[in-house]
Amino acid sequence: MSNLIEVYKLSKHFPVSAGLFSRKKKYVYAMDEISFTLGEKETLGLVGESGCGKSTASRTILNLITPTSGQVWFQGQNLFALKPYEKRKLRQGIQIIFQDPFGSLNPRLTVKRIVEEPLLTHKIGDRASRRQEVEKMLTKVGLLPEHMKRFPHEFSGGQRQRIMLARALILKPKLIIADEPVSALDVSVQAQMLNLLKRLQEEMDLSYIFISHDLGVIRHVSHKVAVMYLGEIVEIAPVDPLYNEPLHPYTISLLSSVPVPDPKKKNRTRKILQGDVPSPRNPPAGCRFHTRCPDCMDICTREKPDTRQVKKNHMVACHLYQDGELWVPPLPNQ
Amino acid sequence: MSLLNIHSLHTFFKTSSGIVKAVDGVSLSVKKGEILGIVGESGCGKSVLALSILRLLPMPPAFFEQGQIMFNKSDLLKISNEEIRSIRGNRISMIFQEPMTALNPVYTVGNQLAEVYRVHRNMSKKQALEKAVNMLEKVGIPGPKNRLKEYPYQLSGGLRQRVMIAMALACQPQLLIADEPTTALDVTIQAQILDLVIKLRKELGTAIIMITHDLGVIAEITDRVMVMYTGSIMESASTLELFEKPLHPYTMGLLKSIPGTGATDENELYEIKGNVPSLLNLPQGCKFNTRCPMAVDICTQKRPELREIYPEHNVACWRVDHV
Repeated sequence: MSNLIEVYKLSKHFPVSAGLFSRKKKYVYAMDEISFTLGEKETLGLVGESGCGKSTASRTILNLITPTSGQVWFQGQNLFALKPYEKRKLRQGIQIIFQDPFGSLNPRLTVKRIVEEPLLTHKIGDRASRRQEVEKMLTKVGLLPEHMKRFPHEFSGGQRQRIMLARALILKPKLIIADEPVSALDVSVQAQMLNLLKRLQEEMDLSYIFISHDLGVIRHVSHKVAVMYLGEIVEIAPVDPLYNEPLHPYTISLLSSVPVPDPKKKNRTRKILQGDVPSPRNPPAGCRFHTRCPDCMDICTREKPDTRQVKKNHMVACHLYQDGELWVPPLPNQ
Repeated sequence: MSLLNIHSLHTFFKTSSGIVKAVDGVSLSVKKGEILGIVGESGCGKSVLALSILRLLPMPPAFFEQGQIMFNKSDLLKISNEEIRSIRGNRISMIFQEPMTALNPVYTVGNQLAEVYRVHRNMSKKQALEKAVNMLEKVGIPGPKNRLKEYPYQLSGGLRQRVMIAMALACQPQLLIADEPTTALDVTIQAQILDLVIKLRKELGTAIIMITHDLGVIAEITDRVMVMYTGSIMESASTLELFEKPLHPYTMGLLKSIPGTGATDENELYEIKGNVPSLLNLPQGCKFNTRCPMAVDICTQKRPELREIYPEHNVACWRVDHV
């Protein structure tokens, strides 16, 4: 099966000025050489703590942020090598939905105008057909056609999230990047949204890159999961192996930190990490996780671990797994 | 023996579009040294309930329609402002959700922490600072002496929340109210803070009211739970019993809609239909009837009272026998 999207060694370092007279430029290492592939109708869960580069990853893939290095291939074309008008065309196939259902909708526009905007931007259809299309999309996401004339403030958080989804879907994309789409919602509304996303995946043959800090949500929606720490993917695997037999010490402690909604498991042994995430301005040498790692060895403070394939499709970047087969991301489209 | 007794508390807000019944007849009691969890979705009145206990709500628009909050034989709603001020931060203290806005950005950590001792214990500045160092050490802040001189912006979210906890526990209160103390934190930091709360509870014997929307946190640290919905308590039970055999359809729905627990292998999550109704426009009868899968005629006519179904397990539902 060919891949819908291939991300190859994608990096983004944000320059920060280090003072007025400083010659040396400093960088925030927001994202470092992340690689993954995603097939059609698949969901990749991107999980990690705040500041680990999840959102930078999503915006760089869309080319909302220019990457420092790396490639993104979408439907067999290199997104960064295209001419602007080609890129615009190709980007119709990738859409994004954001976390904040209050800040992402223009309060002065009606729902109709908001949802139809992508069609206007890409000059698709005439007035009547656009209207029809908007109507169809609103019904698809569980709203009513009569909601078209209303404004965003008349809707609850969950409904606004649906409006945003309708706007993203109106161009019939192949890939949706969902950046924390449910973290502002209550559990009961969150369940509605997650079910809707799953149903639409079936109906419209969508792939998702699903970003969340909530490990439960990620487990529910994803086919494979990438765990990020300080800008790097430390482990990537299909969802069940990752949750049942996590390999990287960070994944292990992350999973055991999640409070389990079952009081009988209250006294299970948990691996609680010490300290905080270091600043991405000055990431630790060697393995970036070594400052908090319970299994830190001598080598970890000096050498950056290679990514190795320890089991089938289960990649991990950690010195504990030296016997794994060295894994180099294949060059896209070869 | 119970430490705090709330009896039929009604906290309302007067607004231009009508009266908002944020807390609508809540009764509860907290025993010495226990952790009571209050769980509910946003807008269910859990924070207003917490703020009512310490009278931290702006009045007006807020007012207490009726009710009693008994703490050490006095009614917190009736005592004078001076008296409540001597209780706040001293006998009852509170931790808030957002550690950045809850600390004053222009004072050092040491200053803010020492203030507690100076106000409530009449200590000299030097004594108070010494005490502050001890307290910071107790909540696991490395290098506490140096931290005294730092400002809140210099600390990470986790450290700030530790400072908040140190301030709250400085006078060894009998009751600590924690309003979503870990919601703004990452999971690994959340685990550290919850661990700390449990440890300090053991050491100091403080009773805790833990307010959260996260059923995981509830299961992890509480002894007893109350489930709130639109200002009322729908169900209360020991934590074990609530998770094992929830009786209210709302509780059951909440538990079933948590994703990725691995408990269910279903593709589809359970949904509670619709949205939380507006507090200005609550349905007649049981407030949950518009979303309840089991609602019958009586549910839309009469509001159910909280009844004891099993020992210490109370439910406000007409259909509880049919569950």
